[in-house]
Amino acid sequence: MRVSATDLPVLLPYRAPAAIAPSGLAAPMLLGGGTLACFAILFGASLALAQVTARPAGESAATVLLRWAPLIFQGFLFNILISFLSMALGTVVGVLVGIAQVSVVAPVRRTAWGLTQFFRNAPWLVLLFYAMFLLPFEFNVLGLTIAFPAWIKAIIGLALPVAANVSEIVRGGIRSIPSGQWESAESLAFNRRQTMWMIILPQAFKRMIPPWMNLYAILTMATTLISVVGIQDGLTITRAALVAESRPELMIPMYLLLLLMFFAYCYPIARATLSLERRFNVKA
Amino acid sequence: MASRHQLGEPVVVVAGVEKAFGALRVLKDVALTVRRGETVCIIGPSGSGKSTLLRCINALVPISRGSITVAGREVNDPALDKLALRRDVGIVFQQYNLFPHKNALQNVMMAPLHVLKQDKAEVEARARMLLAKVGLSDKLATYPGELSGGQQQRVAIARSLAMNPKVMLFDEVTAALDPETKKEVLVTIQDLAAEGMTCILVTHEMGFAREVADHVYFTDGGVIVEHGPPGDLFGAAREERTRAFLDKVL
Repeated sequence: MRVSATDLPVLLPYRAPAAIAPSGLAAPMLLGGGTLACFAILFGASLALAQVTARPAGESAATVLLRWAPLIFQGFLFNILISFLSMALGTVVGVLVGIAQVSVVAPVRRTAWGLTQFFRNAPWLVLLFYAMFLLPFEFNVLGLTIAFPAWIKAIIGLALPVAANVSEIVRGGIRSIPSGQWESAESLAFNRRQTMWMIILPQAFKRMIPPWMNLYAILTMATTLISVVGIQDGLTITRAALVAESRPELMIPMYLLLLLMFFAYCYPIARATLSLERRFNVKA
Repeated sequence: MASRHQLGEPVVVVAGVEKAFGALRVLKDVALTVRRGETVCIIGPSGSGKSTLLRCINALVPISRGSITVAGREVNDPALDKLALRRDVGIVFQQYNLFPHKNALQNVMMAPLHVLKQDKAEVEARARMLLAKVGLSDKLATYPGELSGGQQQRVAIARSLAMNPKVMLFDEVTAALDPETKKEVLVTIQDLAAEGMTCILVTHEMGFAREVADHVYFTDGGVIVEHGPPGDLFGAAREERTRAFLDKVL
């Protein structure tokens, strides 16, 4: 049954939508607070559980955890160090490959595209294995032997997929700049290199930052992969601690402690990414 | 209508130009001549190839056949130094295309500074002068995003002038503007024409074309249907197609 004279929504009287969505900062604050509270409850519960299920009842679970926490934290800091260095290496390589992806020289463009696609669609752990086992453990340069320790190989292994992802971010950022910018730069007699570095990249830069930060957060979490190839990171130390204590009931709180460290580091990055995205969208 | 300036030698000579995008023929045997100091308007319905013709003149779009010479330089030449050509040809676009990450002064200064490698102090003095000329002395440090459409378009004109071009191309520069801001841009172009700058305008502003142009070309379907002094074309068009178009728009 038709009630009104029209069934076109635009012709109906305007009704403001009900204001139920928490505005502005409230939503992320609630969400973040809620997640933290969940973590705290889970952590407390797992500790209590470990305490009551301990056979025979020994030291309190909290004491054991506190004893290991500094060492696990050190391991975690090593993960952060690895993430910094792979990100730096991956970004430098990825920016160059990304720019090559929009080159006017077809072979350069195709090679860059191929490399990007290959490393972007490969499992990170497999790439890491490749880097670990294919790179030599030392280099001979002009009679000088340079050691090539495992952690440096790991950085290279992780930098490969990072570079490929950065390359896509750069290509996307460059492509997102309207063609009118290229046209006007060209007609002012800027050459291609000048157009790229003075006009296109400065504008594309801010659009690349949020996905780049997002990638960094993913990389940070992925650094625990290096424990698989035998490097002493936060995860390796946590596992070693569990073995040393030989108290299986501590497994949940112990890993949770490590998870919490990663969460405390990555969550703010995710929030900052979101707020940057929003800010740039408003300005664009 | 008598020419208002002493006309000089031909600056832009377009002869027998064809342009096809795939099977679509956008320009068919187009010929026109623009002399130094002359103001030429190209009018015609949308999709008649007007904008493409302008883009061909500064080699943004390569032509399929024919010849375009700008200040004696053949554009349809594989060995053409495009950058040298573009230093002589300024173009202003419908969508302004200012560099949004630079303020008005920097927008005007960039090309002379980095392309012509001129002295910074001189470039800045000239940029200030040009922005004053287009009436934007008070907006030097303003970014394009905070300028109105008309103001952005005037910055774009100053930016092109900063390269000291021999000819200025205007591609429907007022089409995206509202009536009030249109006027300020048109006045700027009129001043420029009066100073003797060679101008080629693609425009839908018939009143402006009639008043300012020395010569008007009417294009339709990729061909130049008719051309002549504005008095003749607007007053007594010979071709039926021209009259039909003018009847619709005037």
